[in-house]
Amino acid sequence: MSTAEYPGVAACPACVATPIAIRRAAKDATEGSRELHLSLPTIHCAACIQTVERGLLAREEIEDARVNLTRKRATVRVPATTSDEDVVAFIAGLGYEATPLDSATLSVGEADRSARDLAMRLGVAGFSMMNVMLLSVAVWSGATDATRDLFHWLSALIALPTIVFSARPFYTSAWRALKVAHLNMDVPITLAILLAAGMSLFETISHGDHAYFDAALSLTFFLLAGRYLDQKMRSVARSAATELAAMEAPTALRIGESGAETVSLKDVAVGDLLLVQPGSRVPVDGEVVGGASELDRAFLTGETDPVAVSIGTEVKAGEVNLTGALQIRATAVGENTLLHALADLVSMAEQAKSKYNSLADRAARIYAPLVHILAFAAFVFWLWMTGGDVRHAMNIAVAVLIITCPCALGLAVPAVSTVASGRLFKAGLLVKHATALERLAEIDEVVFDKTGTLTKGTPRLITQLDPQVHATASALAQGSGHPRSKAIVAAGRGRDLPSVTVTDITEQPGMGVQGLLDGRTVRLGRAEWIGVEGESATILDIDGQIFALQFEDALRDGAAELIEGLKAQGMPVTLLSGDTTAAVSKLADELLITDWQAGVLPQDKAEVLREKAAQGKRVLMVGDGLNDVGALALAHVSIAPASALEATRVAADMVLVSGNLSRIIEGIKTAKSARSRILENFAVAAVYNMIAVPIAFVGFATPLAAAIAMSSSSIIVSLNALRTK
Amino acid sequence: MEVLSLLIPVSLCLGAVGLFGFFWTMRSKQYEDPDGDAARILRTDYDDHPAD
Repeated sequence: MSTAEYPGVAACPACVATPIAIRRAAKDATEGSRELHLSLPTIHCAACIQTVERGLLAREEIEDARVNLTRKRATVRVPATTSDEDVVAFIAGLGYEATPLDSATLSVGEADRSARDLAMRLGVAGFSMMNVMLLSVAVWSGATDATRDLFHWLSALIALPTIVFSARPFYTSAWRALKVAHLNMDVPITLAILLAAGMSLFETISHGDHAYFDAALSLTFFLLAGRYLDQKMRSVARSAATELAAMEAPTALRIGESGAETVSLKDVAVGDLLLVQPGSRVPVDGEVVGGASELDRAFLTGETDPVAVSIGTEVKAGEVNLTGALQIRATAVGENTLLHALADLVSMAEQAKSKYNSLADRAARIYAPLVHILAFAAFVFWLWMTGGDVRHAMNIAVAVLIITCPCALGLAVPAVSTVASGRLFKAGLLVKHATALERLAEIDEVVFDKTGTLTKGTPRLITQLDPQVHATASALAQGSGHPRSKAIVAAGRGRDLPSVTVTDITEQPGMGVQGLLDGRTVRLGRAEWIGVEGESATILDIDGQIFALQFEDALRDGAAELIEGLKAQGMPVTLLSGDTTAAVSKLADELLITDWQAGVLPQDKAEVLREKAAQGKRVLMVGDGLNDVGALALAHVSIAPASALEATRVAADMVLVSGNLSRIIEGIKTAKSARSRILENFAVAAVYNMIAVPIAFVGFATPLAAAIAMSSSSIIVSLNALRTK
Repeated sequence: MEVLSLLIPVSLCLGAVGLFGFFWTMRSKQYEDPDGDAARILRTDYDDHPAD
């Protein structure tokens, strides 16, 4: 779903909404009600909010409804007896897509709290900075003696509590680094803030000329602003990722003495008997003990064609049951399932990624020691020059520390990342990992998975049938949930088919459907069931007349543009798929991909990625299946479509929420643009220091000069960040 | 210069009012949905009872 392509206003269902009295005030929260969180991906305007809220509130049983447009979410308070499906169906009736979210998964809140905490500190720092700056202007414009002292004392009164409160995140981070004998960016920051405040207090007490309260505060303010942007950006990505996770409520249907009951997945034990309905996912690894059906294994293996299962077949968590209800006995639950084995792989990759040296880290590593050395050198130099005037030497050392302190550097990366992530979010790409953007800018090769990534993973009918025959097939397929049946019906919808009535339709799970057409038997299903030799196609049998129906996996939107765009940038493209050679080569020809491999096992995919990494290649891996998890984790940077399983999305650095694959090209462009903006910002910071440091070192830096230098460099850096395309 | 003894407390008080206003907006979660708040002003019906 893309937010960038708004339909016209007239397309918005709210424009035809009839006015209904707002009744929110009349409805009080009653006992036994619960909160329901819904994801509303298509809302985008004031009228949408109005339609959804009014529509919901007009219903008797709904107590409260509130839409959050920023998160594209709604919180609805309903009685405990109302089911999620009712509300979803009602909202669908209003013209909006809605998906219930699992409240337990959603309520992380931790990131939100720390963002709020930072915002509070930022607000206080901003308030104090402005007030102290105001008082400082009076001093700079020539206040002397008692007036100056009064203003210094007032500044101290405002500044000192603020410095204690607002700059705390820096103190804790610096302390944590020092405890393990490390130097991070926060050490010089803490030192500068504390020394500036301490020195200014001393100057104030001893009626000195210069106080740096305003500098200490603006330092705190600008650096907190950078910290806040960073936090906010991550919490937006995290909350969107959590939302994706919350869409899959982890439940299973357990068959107990009193029939099937819905239980939480973590309550399922080995040996439990579970029911897997057609259309739902197999919750745990197990063995089929009743029923027959077909399973879609695309997520696990990349195969497009469903696999028939019957009693005795092993099934794995994550497979989708297609046609008949299955009873399975759980053989592995929780951490023993294949799904969880993959989690280890992911955590290993996480570690590797945390070792990645981001630009900010590299800058900090050069910067932090340099600042300390310069300030110390200034102190020693002036101590020697003045023959032991500690106060003068200290003043200059503090000035050097403040001037070099990385306002611009602290904002350089977060400001750019925030702008870039915002752009990508609008384009439908979620940046999950902090350094993913930087890594995406460095890629020189791309590897794709096929099923579910370049293709939709759903079949499309390509055989042209006679209208009469197609109508029969459609009538037979109507009642079946099998993807191929759905494809036949979908293909028929666009054609003007004669009306055909097939009666007595029965579905043979795992085999096909049959019915009666004017007393004659018609069947649609697997070749071996109908009795035709060696065909992978689905067979339609109208009283002995045999039709072979061919299907292909439809390409995802934008797949062709994506491959073309990548080639235009001179990036080699590789296709690795677990599907059959025929299917893969056909797709490769269509997309003009010359480098492809079919029938690749999950560990081979990972091996290919490992080899490429060993050759020094920086690979972008795009994949959706569980068979891609290893490869995704090993790639330099990875993207998974939102339709992928939770385990896959966790492994990927970015999630493509938009249905259009060509957005990846935009993503790469934005990442590259962001990288050059960051480098430019570092250059600005370096040039600024080259001018400012010598001035401070020779003792010409006044508090006014420091304030001007600090603010102007921060503003330049922020404005430059906005140029990110 | 006597006017300073009046003006300084006044400016500090006004600043403090602003600061407490900010605290209040943070506490009452008014920064939760900036896009929604921007859009809500365009509603055709008057929303006189915002949810908490």
